[in-house]
Amino acid sequence: MRVLPHFHTWGIDEATSRTYTEQMTQLQVTEKLAILADAAKYDASCASSGTVKRSSSKSGGIGSTEGMGICHAYAPDGRCISLLKILLTNSCIFDCHYCINRKSSNVRRARFTPKEVVDLTFNFYKRNYIEGLFLSSGIIKSSNYTMEQIVEVARSLREDHDFRGYIHLKTIPDADPELLEAAGRYADRLSINVELPTREGLNRLAPEKSEERIEGAMGGLKTSILDGRDAKKKYRSAPNFAPAGQSTQMIVGADAATDSDIVRRANGLYDRFGLRRVYYSAFSPIPDASAVLPLQRPPLMREHRLYQSDWLMRFYGFAPQEVVDAAQADGMLPLDIDPKLAWALKHRGQFPVDVNRAPKEMLWRVPGLGTKAVKAILKARRWRRLRLEDVGRLTVSIAKIRPFLIADGWTPGALTDLEHLRTSIAPKTEQLELFA
Amino acid sequence: MITARIAAEDDFDGWRNQCRGLMRLGARPADVVWQVGEQRTDLFASPEASLDAAPIGVPKGFAELARSVICHSDPERFGMLYQLLVDLKARQRHMGDEADPLLRKLEMMAKNVRRDIHKMRAFLRFRRVEEDGGEEHFVAWFEPEHHIVRTNAAFFVRRFAAMKWSILTPSLTIHWDRQKLLEASARLKTDAPTEDNVEEQWKTYYGSIFNPARLKVNAMLKEMPKKYWHNMPETALVTELIQSARNREVAMIEKDIVPQAAETLSTLRTEAERCRRCPLYGLATQLVFGEGPANARLMFVGEQPGDQEDRTGRPFVGPAGQIFDAALLQAGVDRNQSYITNAVKHFKFRPEGKRRIHERPNVGEINHCRWWLKREIELVQPELIVALGATAVRSLTGRAMPITANRGRMVESLEGVPVLVTIHPSYLLRLPDADLAERERMQFVDDLQAARRRLSR
Repeated sequence: MRVLPHFHTWGIDEATSRTYTEQMTQLQVTEKLAILADAAKYDASCASSGTVKRSSSKSGGIGSTEGMGICHAYAPDGRCISLLKILLTNSCIFDCHYCINRKSSNVRRARFTPKEVVDLTFNFYKRNYIEGLFLSSGIIKSSNYTMEQIVEVARSLREDHDFRGYIHLKTIPDADPELLEAAGRYADRLSINVELPTREGLNRLAPEKSEERIEGAMGGLKTSILDGRDAKKKYRSAPNFAPAGQSTQMIVGADAATDSDIVRRANGLYDRFGLRRVYYSAFSPIPDASAVLPLQRPPLMREHRLYQSDWLMRFYGFAPQEVVDAAQADGMLPLDIDPKLAWALKHRGQFPVDVNRAPKEMLWRVPGLGTKAVKAILKARRWRRLRLEDVGRLTVSIAKIRPFLIADGWTPGALTDLEHLRTSIAPKTEQLELFA
Repeated sequence: MITARIAAEDDFDGWRNQCRGLMRLGARPADVVWQVGEQRTDLFASPEASLDAAPIGVPKGFAELARSVICHSDPERFGMLYQLLVDLKARQRHMGDEADPLLRKLEMMAKNVRRDIHKMRAFLRFRRVEEDGGEEHFVAWFEPEHHIVRTNAAFFVRRFAAMKWSILTPSLTIHWDRQKLLEASARLKTDAPTEDNVEEQWKTYYGSIFNPARLKVNAMLKEMPKKYWHNMPETALVTELIQSARNREVAMIEKDIVPQAAETLSTLRTEAERCRRCPLYGLATQLVFGEGPANARLMFVGEQPGDQEDRTGRPFVGPAGQIFDAALLQAGVDRNQSYITNAVKHFKFRPEGKRRIHERPNVGEINHCRWWLKREIELVQPELIVALGATAVRSLTGRAMPITANRGRMVESLEGVPVLVTIHPSYLLRLPDADLAERERMQFVDDLQAARRRLSR
């Protein structure tokens, strides 16, 4: 008879204390999340596209990827939130000047356990907040130790919990190749940041990093990704290795590199390492900035113009030298007009282009015609001769295109050679951050 | 008139069957009335199309297009698709001809449906409830624009197979019990759970991943229109984040900009380029600084850059600038010999669709920018400043002054430089009456001539 009240009391106590502990843990995790998400926001990428299709409908796990990524929210900075983008820790033994987490910075430090990251990922994923995880980290103890922790998170997600969503891991160039191999087996995408567009910039602003080691590791990843893809062709059961490939990021405006330098460097990186994407991140003023840095922020438009030039090389058949041609004498792309228009204004001899006869490559060069519009034009002109209003239906704005195009019933006449063409067709409101 | 009935708004198979019957009858698209369910839409519609299901061949791409368009909310969609089908069979239209107006219109409708499907996948939010047995159940409320819920259910099955979930919408409810999909009737928003304790963490993440140094509110609104906001917990933070972003960055950079007295106009300009004293820099394309010779005897101060000035980075080059140039010419004042600047150096505007509508700077913004104007005056040391409009007068003298009552008057700037008060040339653009505008314009030229005469004394 005496047992019952005792048992009863004990039961209540346990329940209350468990709730309390749970609450405390959650609070701590929330606090850490604030610090470690804040520290991760200088990475531009949040892409979750381009990986293999996976679904949980047969396995009974959680998660799917369908090729095209999904942006689950947008922040007031206009950037897409697709992944839970956090650092495992923002403590770091390196002292890179541009980085808010550098050793000498006095930001608050925090560290997640791998389990905390796994739980957060699941809690967010199950509520349809995210496509998956983008995990990066400051370097603690050693490169290998840090990489092991990162890999452990991915391993646990995939193996312990059958997570089928997207995983992007930032890899540490100095870590052992076996760890990079393991990372590639669990992740959809791997990335190593080249950080700065020039070697001088890297030496000055990130003295502990080396271009050789960074590029060596990128070369290693390229080989593993290609090997993985070959193996997959031979044996369907072969494991995937980073099926969404590798990407990199460089910071724009922290060193003296011009747009021409950056375009050449990006092109070199695409060529040598088979990158999926090069991200450009306009250097943002960070709290507690190092004195070596410029205080002035580059215009965000500069970043946007670099993405456009990147697009010209990857989807519009422009050679890097042609993009460089579009730049001004000081090596910078004009900010008020896009690089394709800048190029066209400098090469007016190649225009106007006949919309009913010109080959695809030439249509791509017409300012204001995107790849989709060109595709539609090529299809439509098998059925009809296109007039200017037909082209108008296939594009956003005809005003920019008109001086560069001949259509049925339309020739621009002297318009193409008009001296102040530039001012008359400079774009109205800019759409920013389209590619971020 | 023929009535073609289909079972539900997104009933593609029913629509296809009806088309087969209609094609066999040779029905003209204009003679067909389409009805969903039992509801009658046309009192005069009579015999019903027979449900003859003999398949008909369609050109490549048509079925895919029709499947998307059927989910659109436009009640005309069934008829438009039938029209296209009839024309395709008669070879009057072609699937590849993307410049064809009807085809283009349907393509755009399909695109809107695909976008709605995508946004549902993106912006739907589950909330977790615990059932009596302690089992997890995830429930979401969503209001799609088009009839996409049934089509989209498979996506959520592929993604959340191991979860028990329900999606409630104003038209129907779908349940997934880990084995199969079940449909139920429409529910109310109040049937969905109102909270989930993970939402606080998610909001923390949303607020922390946002970079206050790069405010781009329009880019956010374009991709995440407000109509989706009420189901997304994180959007409650947006207003606060925008406000604190403005304050936070100012605080961060103000530490660094210790206004040192720049000794040349070009270093002053470089300093002004990183000015974050007020939030206007965030939306403007660039700084528009003053221009003209450093030893100019005459200085003009306007209000703030406009749309064109913001793009080119130069003052007075837009429509008001052109009026200004013409007036200067007529008054015999050489623009190239004068220093021309603005009270506020960044374009303030409010976006309206693709247009950017000029907004008057407030006193705070004028005061923040006054430091730069002061240094310009100190470096140029003009003999006379012409204040163009109320903002310029306010900035130069520190006092508000009605322009119409004071134009032509001489006052003094805070630095002690003589200031001639006149209108801003954009005022002339706004006058609806041509005669009045011309009279005002002549008076403006007179004011400029007065300034010239004062200098040549």
